[in-house]
Amino acid sequence: MTQPNRLPGGQIDRTKTLKFHFDRKEYKGHPGDTFASALLANGVRLMGRSFKYHRPRGPLTAGSEEPNALVELRGGARQEPNTRATTVELFDGLWARSQNRVGSLSFDLMAINDRLAPFLTAGFYYKTFMWPAAFWEKLYEPMIRRAAGLGALSQQPDPDVYDKGFLHCDVLVIGAGPSGLMAALTAGRTGADVILADEDFAMGGRLNSETLSIDDQPGADWAARAVAELSAMPNVRLMPRTTVIGAFDHGIYGALERVSDHLFRPDPGKPRQVLWRIYTRATVLAAGATERPIAFENNDRPGIMLGSAMRTYVNRFAATPAPRVALFTASDEGHQTARDLIVKGVKIAAVVDARPDAPRATEFEVLAGAQVVDTKGRLGLKFVDVRLADGNMRTLECGALGVSGGWNPNVHLTCHQRGRPVWREDIAAFVPGGALPPGMLVAGAAAGEMSTAAALRSGADAARRALGLRGRKPKLPVAEDAPVTLKPFWYVEGASRAWLDQQNDVTVKDVKLSHLEGFRSVEHLKRYTTLGMATDQGKTSNMGGLAIMAELASKAIPEVGTTMFRPPYTPTAIGAFAGRSVGMEFHPTRKTPSHVWAEEQGAVFVEVGNWLRAQWFPQPGETNWRESVDREVLATRASVGVCDVTTLGKIDVQGADAATFLNKIYCNGFAKLAVGKTRYGLMLREDGIAMDDGTAARLAEDHFIVTTTTANAVSVYRHMEFVRQCLFPDLDVHLISTTEAWAQYAIAGPNSRKVLQKIVDPEHDISNEAFPFMACGEITVCGGLRARLFRISFSGELAYEIAVPTRYGDALIRWIMEAGAEFDIVPYGTEALGVMRIEKGHAAGNELNGTTTALNLGMGRMVSKSKDSIGSVLSEREGLNTPDALRLVGLRPVAREDKVPAGAHLMAATGPVDAAHDQGYVTSACYSPNLGHHIALAFVKKGADRMGETMRLVSPLTGVETKVEIVSAHFVDPEGDRLRA
Amino acid sequence: MHDLIPLAALGAATARTDTIGTLTLTEVPDLALASVAARRGQEMACTAALSKMLKADLPGPGKSTLADPVSAVWMAPDQWMLMAAYSSHELLAGQMRETLKTKAAVTEQSDAWVCFDVTGEQVVDLSERLCAAPVRRMRTADAQRTTLHHMGCLLICLESGAEMRFIGPRSSAASLHHALVTAAQSVS
Repeated sequence: MTQPNRLPGGQIDRTKTLKFHFDRKEYKGHPGDTFASALLANGVRLMGRSFKYHRPRGPLTAGSEEPNALVELRGGARQEPNTRATTVELFDGLWARSQNRVGSLSFDLMAINDRLAPFLTAGFYYKTFMWPAAFWEKLYEPMIRRAAGLGALSQQPDPDVYDKGFLHCDVLVIGAGPSGLMAALTAGRTGADVILADEDFAMGGRLNSETLSIDDQPGADWAARAVAELSAMPNVRLMPRTTVIGAFDHGIYGALERVSDHLFRPDPGKPRQVLWRIYTRATVLAAGATERPIAFENNDRPGIMLGSAMRTYVNRFAATPAPRVALFTASDEGHQTARDLIVKGVKIAAVVDARPDAPRATEFEVLAGAQVVDTKGRLGLKFVDVRLADGNMRTLECGALGVSGGWNPNVHLTCHQRGRPVWREDIAAFVPGGALPPGMLVAGAAAGEMSTAAALRSGADAARRALGLRGRKPKLPVAEDAPVTLKPFWYVEGASRAWLDQQNDVTVKDVKLSHLEGFRSVEHLKRYTTLGMATDQGKTSNMGGLAIMAELASKAIPEVGTTMFRPPYTPTAIGAFAGRSVGMEFHPTRKTPSHVWAEEQGAVFVEVGNWLRAQWFPQPGETNWRESVDREVLATRASVGVCDVTTLGKIDVQGADAATFLNKIYCNGFAKLAVGKTRYGLMLREDGIAMDDGTAARLAEDHFIVTTTTANAVSVYRHMEFVRQCLFPDLDVHLISTTEAWAQYAIAGPNSRKVLQKIVDPEHDISNEAFPFMACGEITVCGGLRARLFRISFSGELAYEIAVPTRYGDALIRWIMEAGAEFDIVPYGTEALGVMRIEKGHAAGNELNGTTTALNLGMGRMVSKSKDSIGSVLSEREGLNTPDALRLVGLRPVAREDKVPAGAHLMAATGPVDAAHDQGYVTSACYSPNLGHHIALAFVKKGADRMGETMRLVSPLTGVETKVEIVSAHFVDPEGDRLRA
Repeated sequence: MHDLIPLAALGAATARTDTIGTLTLTEVPDLALASVAARRGQEMACTAALSKMLKADLPGPGKSTLADPVSAVWMAPDQWMLMAAYSSHELLAGQMRETLKTKAAVTEQSDAWVCFDVTGEQVVDLSERLCAAPVRRMRTADAQRTTLHHMGCLLICLESGAEMRFIGPRSSAASLHHALVTAAQSVS
């Protein structure tokens, strides 16, 4: 028999058989199984090793709260550690292996830790590995991490893709158990937009696991009919395999849908998972409850599990953990489990009921007033030692033990906005309380409504309240409505190595030690013992720890309090949060209008902001970038070059008050700028520091084009909008970005006009007289195409910038290259652009670095005193105007062959080299092919008064010390004759 | 008349079309766009002049007026984006400037954007994978400004449940196209 523990019935598809492997051994299961249920059906109880002591472990639960049965699922790059076997939907070809072991799962060498347990109590490593301190990082921590832990990463990039998505609804119902289904039915029948999400692949919640009836039909059948009715409603979206992981602000919920996790691999192009952002007007939280275990000696052996989990395995998955089973309970739950097992043919060793007045049963033996005090079985449960009511001991032979210690409502999502749950004595559990996330209603077991009828009733009521419905309530299905009272039973007296948190190997003894050492606050308890951490976040352990701490502190449990629940509700892959923003798609890429042409030229691209800009254009025979850049610079200064400058921000400013507005945002004057003229402008921040520079071209009395630096295009536009809307809302001015609307090229060099004259239509005179330096105008080119021409220069040469509608940008660059061929025109990239602006002494982003002022930049006199502009007042602060303020200067090496590295600091020719004697720093540096040596721009204290002084340029980290001379920042054409030619 | 050959935003001379499952993604270069913002104090006059020209009421927030030959999309208070065929309205902005004179600030936007029309039964599913706009509730002519893969976009419902128009930054056309194609593959 291949599946010795497979039972009759259940919700599995026996017509199909699925093959899967665990630790290289092949097994068989059926669609509808989880990995854990299939293993149990195959007689496998041992599924993992514990975190610290490497104790053998099997599944404690049948759901996402599982602390023990963690495996490494799949292989290769898809290897996923710490996967809960209880939530993995079985698929054909599934491959998994056990984790956190040295040797085999059944013979783990690291199990020696269990023998050393007396030395490895909570916090042992804080106390033990104190000396020598240097050993902690290199020796102790790696050693501990190797010995204790969970699964291993593949160390390979995730081959799958993850989507994000956005949904809107009137009511989000979280959980598709009886209350969730009833809520969805109630809301859906009104026509409201409803989303019903459940983490399971089969909707129905506990109805799929129990043998109870609704409307005289099995609960699972009622659930199936409800799901069928909902799926037929166009206004209802059913989302199985979807965990709502967090409740965020403004009615927004995060939900992870496992689209392809139940497949061998995702279909081509399909995401593995989708992280949904759900916007909802109201939410019904019907997340159910989690059964809690009882702590007793050696309560962690494979085969020991929650009674509710046992019913799930038996009733839903038709799998029993063993042919002979015992139950340990403090309520009627254990009796129900026994009945369900008997129906399926499982033998019952006995029901150990801690209640002295436990009800008797005819079908099985009830040991009233008895308690399980110990268990035996190295790799799986074999015997249970029971202390009977009369004090005598009895040993039960069994392969599994179902434990029922009460229920904890799943309040987690009610706490995501700092709501604190409140204690309900009648069920000995915390229920939602305090301020819930706005719009959230709680129904069913999550609200402490523990009977099926109450769950249905509260689900319907919550939906009606969510939609504001009044009037006659609809008839509800008939279901069991037994009153539920739960007497707490947390742990067996005298237990020591009784596991509370099986995922973190936290025992009753650890909690007692925490109390003894003064870590009594619930938050301290958590961090001292690691109780409630890791993948299960203490769903089965927190309450036990709290109860014991409360007893030790002689407090009531609510006085001890709970730790804060935070998103995500269950572990969520980082890939799901990243979505499609990975690799080359990490952010959008912006391409210039000449990108296709530049690629054809073999351009080397550089990322500037999100733009890809040509950095240089290598030519055959050039062996390094410097050769290309030097050639581009020399050719441009000798004749003509062209560069795509589309990336510079362009902002269209229109309105009767446009000039007044520019006068506010620029520190220099713009009101009197003539139509057809362009002016350089400097923007200051409110605090007087330089923000950005650029030009403003006046195309009409009420129309300007403002340009910004590439990197600051967005921030400057945002600043201008803020000024327009918030500071000067009465001005008639409108802003809109036109950066991408126009392809713009700089044509620079002494022959630039000659090239342009072949492009610009003849009716537009661009001679020096008609179109002088800083002129601008709207023209036509190439036989009628509308264009804009600006005579501005970043390179210091006679230069223009010409703009055409972007779709014609590719054609224009080809036209320019053709027109310039007779002048040996070259395209130049951002490196050559940078070299030429340093040679000219033009400030750029390196100089406008967020710390410098107009005074530092040598533009102090640009800050107009005759008007008020943003930053002008604070630029006069004393601290920004000290006599030794930094000033922008040029540097050249005394020994011409020396380099002048950017970032290096300047020191006096003699004296100490330290921060106290720092005289300034280099902001931009390059090799100047025109001068034949390296040059730099730098900020130096009192720099304007130190021309000709020799200083030391130092970089202690890189061992640089170079003698440099302070010179004018204008290395090329200081008088500006070329650009006015 | 110039003979410069325009390129579509994806970098080819012809517009690109992708068919993925039942979805069809079409790049739409034949689109002239002009931003019209009423000047301060001229809001009524601007609205009246535009309405007269469009022969329809101007759309309010979240809406567009889809008309032939010129459509309008609400962008901000007293501000609209006009759309028309580029082949017949290349100079749309200039014509509007002539018509509205000092009533409005008019700016050519044709080449600031790339436009993709997506048709097919799963167009809503596709849209839900991309942006936070309530696409399932959008009816024909509804329009939303939204963000899609970090790109500010304009979303217009051309036909409820059947056709959506995505207008995004032209320089990021390839990134926007990639987003649309991968979303189409996800839902088809």
